[in-house]
Amino acid sequence: MALPETEITLRVNGETVRKRVEPRQHLIDFLREGLDLTGSHVGCEHGVCGACTVRVDGRIVRGCLMLAVQADGRSVETIEGVSDSGELADLQHAFHQRNALQCGFCTPGMLLCAGELLATTPAATREQIREHISGNYCRCTGYQAIVDAIETTLASRRANPAGAGT
Amino acid sequence: MKPSAFDYVRPSSVDEAIAHLEQFGDRAKVIAGGQTLMATLNMRLSAPELLVDIGRIPGLSGIEVRGSLVSIGALTTHREIERSALLARHVPLLTQAAPHIAHAAIRNSGTIGGSIAFADPAAEWPACCLALDAVIVIRGAGGERRVPARNYFHNLYETDLSATEIITAIECPITPPARRSVFLELARRQGDYAIVGLALLARIDADKLHEVALAFVGAGPTPMLATTAMTALEGRTPDAETLHAAREALTRDLDPGPDLYTSAATKRHLAGVLLGRAIAQLMSGGDQTHGTA
Ligand SMILES: Cc1cc2nc3c(=O)[nH]c(=O)nc-3n(C[C@H](O)[C@H](O)[C@H](O)COP(=O)(O)OP(=O)(O)OC[C@H]3O[C@@H](n4cnc5c(N)ncnc54)[C@H](O)[C@@H]3O)c2cc1C
Ligand code: FES
Ligand code: FES
Repeated sequence: MALPETEITLRVNGETVRKRVEPRQHLIDFLREGLDLTGSHVGCEHGVCGACTVRVDGRIVRGCLMLAVQADGRSVETIEGVSDSGELADLQHAFHQRNALQCGFCTPGMLLCAGELLATTPAATREQIREHISGNYCRCTGYQAIVDAIETTLASRRANPAGAGT
Repeated sequence: MKPSAFDYVRPSSVDEAIAHLEQFGDRAKVIAGGQTLMATLNMRLSAPELLVDIGRIPGLSGIEVRGSLVSIGALTTHREIERSALLARHVPLLTQAAPHIAHAAIRNSGTIGGSIAFADPAAEWPACCLALDAVIVIRGAGGERRVPARNYFHNLYETDLSATEIITAIECPITPPARRSVFLELARRQGDYAIVGLALLARIDADKLHEVALAFVGAGPTPMLATTAMTALEGRTPDAETLHAAREALTRDLDPGPDLYTSAATKRHLAGVLLGRAIAQLMSGGDQTHGTA
């Protein structure tokens, strides 16, 4: 039996994409399998781990809890796009410096999640950092180094607002 | 896991959505924010033939004051509620409760309508609606009806909503500035579903509590309005004796089941502990936002 397909048009990392998708395909499978954007990871597929975090219309969402058809007409950004634009380069550098990643499975989701905090809460405390990333699991680092990296980036952006992302 | 195959429609009006639901009955499923439904689809706990995406129907989103109440469109996200200056001023209980719901990425998508439709007894909005005496606005083929939240939650995941109806809005009475509110919750981790939580509203006059409303999260098959405890507190100074009576009353009001980590007896105990904390916070001014917005 042919499965029903729907055509969707969306922007992915700034480029317009038109594709036929099965309605049941979630956004992460679409990005990974349809567009070869494998930076977004699939972990639990029920909203718990955060490995699939991407941005839709500027806000972070769980890619496994959104259908590709629901992204029709929207603008999606993945870690590939955000890395290319350099907007989180300082955070990525801090993750490296602070050993905030080991296997790297959680890292793309963690970076996008932390990116929202950097943008919305420049004066976030460690407690607020922990709260904000509470939905993103890391099985390797024990979180301490991740919180350090985010805290360092917040501080350097406060000290040098013009230098964000560089 | 991946969902089984289904068809997908994205109606542009409530009537059109209802027509699909009427045609497919319980073989269709409404999707709003998808933050509960998608997980059940991925796990194949739900396998509809048709998914009716109401997410872009105009007019179902937004927060506005209408006379003595605030109307919150069903598609309004948890995040929009959390950040609404209007709600911080007029219904601060919702502002207090919002950060307890899941995590930022989920609050960006999940909607209040979806939360009330799903009616998880461990969810925050249902208990808030009980405490606030809110009204659920529901549309079906026969037109619109308004169901008080206090008549809406029937049993575990059973509500007044039928499979062919859609929630369009939640109407919350404006909380007068003299009436304070507190929302407290115990969870294993920030953003997890509550072990136990409570929503408390009261006006304090000469150290006595008036117009007390008290509803619990995670303390029964539905969100639980603690009517006996409300009576025990009403018109009284919340001294040790009154608090003791109110805690005793909770044994009648609440009916918690054990969850994976917490026994029913522990939940009962924690409900009493939270009540004490909530009253103390209320008497010291509440963590409410009145007067600052
Ligand atoms: C990891 C995780 C943690 C979570 N933690 C919490 C938490 O701590 N507290 C909490 O409250 N929630 C929590 N949630 C659930 C979240 O708040 C959901 O957003 C909410 O329960 C459902 O809203 P939705 O818009 O996503 O609904 P959907 O998932 O789209 O739908 C849920 C159900 O409601 C029906 N429905 C949706 N909208 C309507 C409508 N307008 N009319 C009629 N029927 C409708 C759907 O058919 C479906 O059956 C969590 C979710 C996840 C994935
Ligand atoms: S894969 Fe989406 S939250 Fe785990
Ligand atoms: S670095 Fe391995 S899961 Fe986080």
